[in-house]
Amino acid sequence: MDGSAIEVHGLRVERGGARVIDGLDLTVPRGQVVGLLGPSGSGKTTLMRAVVGSQVVAGGTVTVLGLQAGDAALRSRVGYVTQAPSVYADLTVHENLAYAAAILRLDADAVDRALDAVDLTSLAHRGVVSLSGGERSRVSLAIALLARPELLVLDEPTVGLDPVLRRDLWDLFARLRDEGTTLLVSSHVMDEAARCDRLVLLRGGAVLADATLSELLDRTGAADAEGAFLALVDAARRGDAA
Amino acid sequence: MSPRLTAATAARVLRQLRHDGRTIALVVLLPCVLLGLLAWMFHGTDVIDQFGPLLVGLFPLLVMFLVTSVATLRERTSGTLERLMTMPIGKGDVVIGYAAAFAVLATIQACVVTGFAVWVCGMDVKGPIGLVVLVAVLDAVLGCALGLGASALARTEFQAVQMMPLVVFPQLIVCGLLMPRDQMPQVLEWISRAFPLTYGLDAMQRLSAGQGWADVWGDVAVVAAFIVGTLAVAATTLRRRTP
Repeated sequence: MDGSAIEVHGLRVERGGARVIDGLDLTVPRGQVVGLLGPSGSGKTTLMRAVVGSQVVAGGTVTVLGLQAGDAALRSRVGYVTQAPSVYADLTVHENLAYAAAILRLDADAVDRALDAVDLTSLAHRGVVSLSGGERSRVSLAIALLARPELLVLDEPTVGLDPVLRRDLWDLFARLRDEGTTLLVSSHVMDEAARCDRLVLLRGGAVLADATLSELLDRTGAADAEGAFLALVDAARRGDAA
Repeated sequence: MSPRLTAATAARVLRQLRHDGRTIALVVLLPCVLLGLLAWMFHGTDVIDQFGPLLVGLFPLLVMFLVTSVATLRERTSGTLERLMTMPIGKGDVVIGYAAAFAVLATIQACVVTGFAVWVCGMDVKGPIGLVVLVAVLDAVLGCALGLGASALARTEFQAVQMMPLVVFPQLIVCGLLMPRDQMPQVLEWISRAFPLTYGLDAMQRLSAGQGWADVWGDVAVVAAFIVGTLAVAATTLRRRTP
């Protein structure tokens, strides 16, 4: 069980003829919450899709839990939550989870546990169509939690949630981390950076920084994650111009 | 692929349908309304005996094609298919599960439509009525399979609804409904042999003329083979990795 959770070497992804990721290297250690930050269009979702093996890649290697990304053996060991909630709107919350549990060969207890983890037990028999955006994204998250995966890849899981729910979810992420789960969480809310063990800043499909928050603050002299990010982007822009 | 996962997918699709009572009502009642209008218009003639069985085979195919292609396109565009493809389930489980669920709906539809045509519209079928239902179900499942396959070619809902005229209308024009196939230009007759609908409607025509299993099993086998082939192609259009 040693080694990194994710190792990316020289990843290249092309979309519509354009290089959206060009030679990206990244190592995500096990048992940490790693925040993937960056402006929209910086390649966060594309990188996450490459990690779960749903992205066609043009080159490079992505190794997940010691296996090539997308390996059939990883399908129950990696949980993935897409940015838009991937749930069946015309089913109830419970029916959505029950279908995923059937695929993952899990029993009804797993469904109850996952519902409890995201605080949706009281809505279990409501149709997803009648839920709010935040509730839907928690249904999507609950599905990813079902199999207690070793790696959770969460694409903007807190978008559209109120501050209380956001805090509760980050508490949940910390609990999962303490149980040994590795989490790769993308966000564009910079104050969430404080809840991550490590931060990876993406810009233009490349890693701008990969460090802990305090390292970033030391390096840039900024007061918070947002300031550090802006300082790094400005420095990179000056590099582009030079 | 595993029967357990195929069944789980079929059950999930059926649950989705159950939450959508209006769709079920439309699927079952719409062909009855159309047949009823026709029977009313040609009341007192033998038109309903002549064309009724063809329509009992055709309407379900059209309806199921549309329903299936939209349902699967929705799965592709909503992100649920992308997540499904990262989970331990086979492509065949998804496609066969869909087809099985819609086959259940198609069976209900075929029974109701055939019953309506015979008992309400007075359609006189000289062949065995059970075979009429069987062929109607197969035609409807063929519609599902074609819809599943066609949805792979569509990127948007606008494109998906136009797959129906694209895939079904050419088959309809040369299948023998508008002109007996032996009177068509030779090339069109050859083309008609390559289309599955030709065999589905040929079986219906034979049954309405009083022929039995010995005369239609060949047609039935061809339609079944097209269903299997189309589902196999549809399964290969699912991708674990997308651009």
